[in-house]
Amino acid sequence: MTAMNGMLTLLVLLPLAGFILNGVLGRRLGPVFVNGVGVGLPILAFLTALWAWRTLEAGGGVPIIETVFTWAVIGEHVFEVAFYLDRLSAVMALIVTGVGALIHIYSIGYMRGDEGYARYFAYLNLFLFFMLLLVLGRSLLVLFVGWEGVGLASYLLIGFWFQDVTKARAGRKAFITNRVGDAGFLLGMFLIFTTVGTLEMDRINEAFAGGLIPLGVATAVGILLFIGATGKSAQIPLHVWLPDAMAGPTPVSALIHAATMVTAGVYLVARMSGVYLEAPAASTLIAAIGVLTAFLAATIALVQTDIKKVLAYSTISQLGFMFLALGVGAYGVAVFHLFTHAFFKAALFLGAGSVIHALNGEQDIRRMGGLARRIPWTFGTFAVATAAIAGLPPLAGFFSKDAILWFALASGQGGAAWLWALGSLTALLTALYMFRLLWLVFLGRSRMEPETERHVHESPVTMTAVLVVLAFFSVIAGWFALPHYLEPLLPVPALRFDSALLHWAQIGFAVVLALLGLAAAAWLYQDGGRRGDEAWERFQRLHRMLAGKYFVDELYERTLQRPWRWLSDRIFLRLGDRVLIDGSLHGLAGLARWSAAVFARVQSGSLHWYAWMTLFGLVAVLIWVWRHV
Amino acid sequence: MDNTHLLLAVSGTLFTLGLVGVIVRRNLLVMLMFLELMLNGVLLSLAVFTQLLGVEAGAVLMLLVFTVAAAEIAIAVPILLLLVRAGHTLDPGAYGGLKG
Amino acid sequence: MSEANALNLLLFLPVIGGALLLLLPERRPDLVRGLSMLVLTAQLALAAWLYVQFEAGVSGLQFETRVPWIATWGVHYHIGLDGLNLLLVLLTAFLGPLVVAGAFTSITRDVKLFHGMVLFLQFTMLGTFLAQDLFLFYVFWEAMLIPMFLIIGIWGGERRIYATLKFFLYTAFGSILMLAAVVYLAFTVLSQDGSPSFAIADLHLLELAVPVQVLLLTGFALSFAIKVPMVPLHTWLPDAHVEAPTAGSVILAGVLLKMGTYGFLKLGFPLFPDAAQLATPLIMTLAVVSILYGAGLALVQDDIKKIIAYSSVSHLGYVMLGLVSYNLLGVQGAVIQMVSHGLVAGGLFLMVGMIYERCHSRDLAAYGGLAKLLPVYSVFFMLLTLAAIGLPTTSGFTGEFLVLLGAFDAAWPLFEQGRTYPLALASAAVLGIVLGALYMLRLVRRLLFGDARVPEAGGAELRDLNLREMSILAALVAAIFYIGLFPNDFLQKTEQAVIEYQERVLPARVEEGGP
Repeated sequence: MTAMNGMLTLLVLLPLAGFILNGVLGRRLGPVFVNGVGVGLPILAFLTALWAWRTLEAGGGVPIIETVFTWAVIGEHVFEVAFYLDRLSAVMALIVTGVGALIHIYSIGYMRGDEGYARYFAYLNLFLFFMLLLVLGRSLLVLFVGWEGVGLASYLLIGFWFQDVTKARAGRKAFITNRVGDAGFLLGMFLIFTTVGTLEMDRINEAFAGGLIPLGVATAVGILLFIGATGKSAQIPLHVWLPDAMAGPTPVSALIHAATMVTAGVYLVARMSGVYLEAPAASTLIAAIGVLTAFLAATIALVQTDIKKVLAYSTISQLGFMFLALGVGAYGVAVFHLFTHAFFKAALFLGAGSVIHALNGEQDIRRMGGLARRIPWTFGTFAVATAAIAGLPPLAGFFSKDAILWFALASGQGGAAWLWALGSLTALLTALYMFRLLWLVFLGRSRMEPETERHVHESPVTMTAVLVVLAFFSVIAGWFALPHYLEPLLPVPALRFDSALLHWAQIGFAVVLALLGLAAAAWLYQDGGRRGDEAWERFQRLHRMLAGKYFVDELYERTLQRPWRWLSDRIFLRLGDRVLIDGSLHGLAGLARWSAAVFARVQSGSLHWYAWMTLFGLVAVLIWVWRHV
Repeated sequence: MDNTHLLLAVSGTLFTLGLVGVIVRRNLLVMLMFLELMLNGVLLSLAVFTQLLGVEAGAVLMLLVFTVAAAEIAIAVPILLLLVRAGHTLDPGAYGGLKG
Repeated sequence: MSEANALNLLLFLPVIGGALLLLLPERRPDLVRGLSMLVLTAQLALAAWLYVQFEAGVSGLQFETRVPWIATWGVHYHIGLDGLNLLLVLLTAFLGPLVVAGAFTSITRDVKLFHGMVLFLQFTMLGTFLAQDLFLFYVFWEAMLIPMFLIIGIWGGERRIYATLKFFLYTAFGSILMLAAVVYLAFTVLSQDGSPSFAIADLHLLELAVPVQVLLLTGFALSFAIKVPMVPLHTWLPDAHVEAPTAGSVILAGVLLKMGTYGFLKLGFPLFPDAAQLATPLIMTLAVVSILYGAGLALVQDDIKKIIAYSSVSHLGYVMLGLVSYNLLGVQGAVIQMVSHGLVAGGLFLMVGMIYERCHSRDLAAYGGLAKLLPVYSVFFMLLTLAAIGLPTTSGFTGEFLVLLGAFDAAWPLFEQGRTYPLALASAAVLGIVLGALYMLRLVRRLLFGDARVPEAGGAELRDLNLREMSILAALVAAIFYIGLFPNDFLQKTEQAVIEYQERVLPARVEEGGP
């Protein structure tokens, strides 16, 4: 169905208007204006998204296509900017604008009094604009515009406090790492264009579903697009930027680096499911990378001491789960986990923000503890979200994570026992590190600095209200049968064995694992983590390895950054430009100068000498003429 | 035919005399005169060949060269005068520093 | 006014302006600036009008003028607009007023001479683009060097003599070879047709043996490759840029470098299609090497101008890559990338000039935290940076995306025939987007972020951009985003000429069985 009523265009343009208004006028017109525009427009965008969704459902779920303008026509190729709303993009748009609007509201309290208040909201609105482009674009090109745009917004917001060099550096690292992924994405896009002749995703899926695309091409496309996804969604080997990205303001971490932007890779793979159905090898790779990322990130999260870093690794780990689901063909399930994760992870991050706010900037969990009674709203919501992510029934994470583990085991498209086993182990670790966090931050005795402790205060109602809403959704989000809702678009894979008994056993086992994690955390960390520390002392080398994040940063520094700098500096600049090119030029110039000096001697200034030369020359000519003519 | 050979011999002699003069004399004014002698030698051969081949253009060329030679002298002598005024000598060796 | 005369007026406006300039007193620099501004603005308006009047989808020249100039040699004064030069003419006219406006306060010595040179340069550059006669082209091509040489040599920095000599020797070396090739072509026409002609359209009809083509292309290509510049003929560029005054850098980066790529597009490849096919692997390799090499060098520079100079090497590598893809996507992308680079690099050089005027240093290490000190400046710098790294919605993206897509599209069929090299090159070129972000963000990080500090010289009276500077940059940024968002109008007007370029070069490919 093609609707030209401009609904989707309006949805996308609302945050852009916020960006422009706040960017140009915000500083001059003050915080009331900034709030009105910066928060009001995202809320309007959410309402528009709801309206769009209602329209979609009223039309029976037939995709709505809205062509805005033609970007370029080259020969027979037409590149259009068009929006495409089906159930998948509707769900994404609702998450983006819904969670986005909530986080905007939260930011009013969190960012109050900051020097760059207007700039902050301008960037946040810019992010929403690009994110909506990303999820609503019909062609890979529009998606890519949004893809790069959210990267830009992320770069700007990570380095929001730009005077701190480490923060500015973290922003740069995020951008560059993403760009590596983008290079893969671009290549994938080019390959699709060359083989299919279009970048419109619905047509690409159709073309691949036609089965005429060679297996090698499909696999290459699948892997290349997935490289793009690993960049944006922080999967191995491009996961290194996300923990550093925590340098940005906490609501940004919640919105961009937990709930929405980092899930873009998941969205991309789900959106391109038509390709991946034809590329089993690429899917297997995704599943393997996903589960490995989930596991390794969870192990790192076990020993982090910065509250936001724990959550960051947890995000990487949960994204790994989503990719695991994608890899075994359970696209709807991946989106389901994306959906639930958006709520509980946003709640966790905003809760962490509330804690940091209460402690006046303290982020080290070793200097927290006993906060439960001092900031009860934050504690309550944080606890609910923790339970949700750990997978305790009947909270949101339980449903989605359980579905992922079940398909990892039973899917007919690459389900395998080792995926399931490693996934389950990760689920146990998840419960362990999340409850460790809960205990160290909120329970036990206080280990705060006395100065900090005196100032502890609950956050303003704009912040706690948002926490409550998010906690509420962390409870109920799992009750929507999202995979079923998406089934017309994203088929559920056939099962290798259809055993209800096995499924129930799997569920029971997962719950046991979560409870086990809870119990272990409670036992190890109930008293400021003394037992936990003692336990780690027995595995010091492992601890160093985990605390050092497997030294991946150092590895990249040594194998990529330094060699490239060395090559540029020593080989390109010093050897190439200065010695070889300029050197040979100067050599030529020197040769010319030297020969000129030699020949200049001939011109002595003595007229008699010149006359003699004339005579010799004449005689020589005469002799030559005599011999030859 | 003999006339031609004779005239060419005279032309060659004039030229050689001029060249030897330029080489051996150390007076700029005299050197200039020998230079003219060389030119005249060349001109004489030009005249001979013009006559021999019967080309009118040769005569025109000769007139042109005469004019140029006259102009040369007209410029060279004042330059010489200025030089002498500055350096008080007619020895070309004193002006070696004028080379480029 | 007939339409063809509008183009003649466009070309000769700077000459008229220059003549009027002579009448003005040396003591009144304000009048000199005002007049130059007026003339160049009028020229821009005229160029814009011509652009609008230019009909898309029509083959051949528009607004054509052809009158005999040196009749015995068959030389004509022959100018005209086609899809290949249209955008570059517009770009040249667009940058003109901005250059003059940018030099309002920075040029205080010999103001009249300076503006005369700028006008002269404008004339010769437009002449080079518009010329449809090889002799005329060569005359403008050479004449262009004189004002550029003087601008760097008179108003340049400390090592300006070294820089001008290097610039001059490089380009003169290329020009000599081109002259030889031009002379050879003229004689060939004479022997084949019986009458001499330098008309580029006539030269297209020549039947040349492949070895001859190779020799002639070598002559042209060396000259063009030096101008582009392609590695390893690029080392004059950083020196010239560093020593040139801002206006010189802007014109150099904005327009002059495009002469090289335009030369390939208009003359080099279409005149010698068989040789072009043979040279394609080499040129493609050099293009990709330029992209990566330039990006690497830009990363290790500490002089802000050098960073941008080397980034030009990298960005023009994309243009060359697009030109040798010989498909619509790639060549159209290359045309857009030329314009885009003119705007972006021109803008960045203007911005470096603005900060240099305030603080008298181009040393990156001396700066930091300008985002705090000069917020408006920083916003513009950021926007230009985004365009330089090819972020979508900017012109840089339009160009790079189409070029890379075109290169890939050309390489893939060859890959399927078992030739992996072109595909490997196209893929390596994609890496350029990572490296581009690397050096530009390093520049931004060191210049705009971190602790706020500036070199001592300017600390006292540091002020943000004034209205004049803001207008210049706003015009540039608007153009950049316009091309990023709505490139279609441009693409439609250039398409016909690009199709003809492709047709002229491509049949050879079929005979040769691929490059």
